[in-house]
Amino acid sequence: MYMQTRGERIFSYFNYILLFVICIVTLYPLWHVAVASISDPILVFAKRGFYLWPLGKATLKGYSLVLNNPNIVSGFLNTLFYVGVGTTLSMVVTILGAYVLSRKGLYWNKVVMGLIIFYMYFQGGLIPFFLMVKNMGLMDSRWAVILPTVVNTWNLIVMRTSFTTVPDSLIESAKLDGASEWRIVWVIAVPVLQATVAVIALFYAVGRWNEWFNPSLFFTSKNKYPLQVILREILLKNSTQSMTQIGVVGQSEQESYRLLVKYCTIMVATVPILLVYPFLQRYFIHGIMIGSLKG
Amino acid sequence: MKINLSNKSQLQASYFPLSSNWRSMIAKDWAKHWPLYLMLLPTVLYYLIWGYGPMYGIIIAFKEFTPRKGILGSPWAGFKYFQEFFTSPFAFRLIRNTVMINFWNLVFAFPLPIIFALLLNEVKNTFYKRTVQTITYMPYFVSLVVVCGIIVDFTASDGVLGELTKMLGGAPKNLLSDPKYFRTIYVVSELWQRLGWDSIIFLAALTGINPELYDAAIVDGAGKFKQVIYVTIPGIMPTIAILLILRVGSLMSLGFEKVILLYNPLIYETADVISSYVYRKGIVESNFSFATAVGLFNSVVNFILVILANKISAKMTEVSLW
Repeated sequence: MYMQTRGERIFSYFNYILLFVICIVTLYPLWHVAVASISDPILVFAKRGFYLWPLGKATLKGYSLVLNNPNIVSGFLNTLFYVGVGTTLSMVVTILGAYVLSRKGLYWNKVVMGLIIFYMYFQGGLIPFFLMVKNMGLMDSRWAVILPTVVNTWNLIVMRTSFTTVPDSLIESAKLDGASEWRIVWVIAVPVLQATVAVIALFYAVGRWNEWFNPSLFFTSKNKYPLQVILREILLKNSTQSMTQIGVVGQSEQESYRLLVKYCTIMVATVPILLVYPFLQRYFIHGIMIGSLKG
Repeated sequence: MKINLSNKSQLQASYFPLSSNWRSMIAKDWAKHWPLYLMLLPTVLYYLIWGYGPMYGIIIAFKEFTPRKGILGSPWAGFKYFQEFFTSPFAFRLIRNTVMINFWNLVFAFPLPIIFALLLNEVKNTFYKRTVQTITYMPYFVSLVVVCGIIVDFTASDGVLGELTKMLGGAPKNLLSDPKYFRTIYVVSELWQRLGWDSIIFLAALTGINPELYDAAIVDGAGKFKQVIYVTIPGIMPTIAILLILRVGSLMSLGFEKVILLYNPLIYETADVISSYVYRKGIVESNFSFATAVGLFNSVVNFILVILANKISAKMTEVSLW
């Protein structure tokens, strides 16, 4: 057993305190938004600075306005749709592709991997991509948002590397039992790699949930907007159009509710994800380490 | 003349041994693996359409592209748009801003996650360690739109930072309307979002260090500090090297998303970068050929930098990406 010296004990205390401070600094911005979202709207409007506890009497008025705002509700439902369809599609394509690319002895694998690696380092760029979507007649189509980001190269490579850890003997014996390749993927390989599959699904889902640029580029009709695009209008463009529907009468009252609604919308758009990732946290190290291995 | 068919194929086989072997190999490979290739098809289609489709569109950088005439129908323009970009007063500013933001990001956001991982590694209480991890990973999952919304809120003259300035006796102002502060805001917010997340890969590398090395160091009389210097840091050096190569290789590449969410004409002087300029010229002003040319210049430079960084690292540290 190694004995700590006095200096090391002091370091240890210092370390615990430093990490505590880092946590407080990390949490503060989100805490600020959380307490502001349940504060008295008049007081929030008057004082935007630093505070630790809700101003005035805590109220859920902001949330009821947000949940009654048709734009935010439709944005939320749209986001659920893109997350659901997008993540499912991404997982199917990524798992199938990664499984095949992880198999040895397939002649075309080298060519396909070459294509993928080259694409990692050289891309067509924003404008050719935009024009291509336009020429395909996909403007204002939900596919214009879903399809171009179906595969994430990083996720594909992580998935492929973890499939190489599935023992060949397992696959061979399944083949001898007459299982088709399709069956082997879903019944044998995927269950072995549950943890990685879950982490990759989380990454895809978070990516979809937070996606705002492509939707804002391709959607012209507002009823297709995901939550993030609505949020951008409220937070960063100070769009009054989205705000006039918050259902408050009177000009001054509306002004003071504006900030409150901002904070509540941030909460609605952020909390669902923050509730999910801690459950998969212990697999992050595993997933990322596998991806960082060469090949 | 009568041709003996079987002779002909024999002749062919001996004349073109390579091509014939190659063909039969491909055929055999296909016959054996076609169900797998069918499963690979969606991935291949994805990359051909969405990865390589836009690469074809790069030609418009060399054309007077108008949507009405299309890519093929538009007349050639040669290097006109590249010339236009490099002779414009913006070229230098855009390149400088892109590199400077990346540079400051490299200076702070690269070493700090390493130090953070080392500190976390010294925490023996698993509950405390896990809690710190959960909290510091959190900002990574917050959307960019929300992060930028919070930044705008905090940097406003009456926001949190404004109030802190007032408490310290300064005159509060809107930090996002002064070009002096943009790089700091960018790097600090990046650090907030990524400190915990970027440390994961180093934590992974730390768990891969052979514990016997520590035992040997203790036997040799090394204290905790010396163990870190002689065992821990050398143990994660390859990981540091690889990630550093990637960072240096992407010194000229900076996404536009955060920039276009935060900037405004008042701070273009420090905030406008190549990719945000491409976005503004191409998407907002429909100056397609010009914007594509600027984007292509950027992609080519990035490509060369990655290759160079990898070459240099392969020589110096025997660690390379491929």
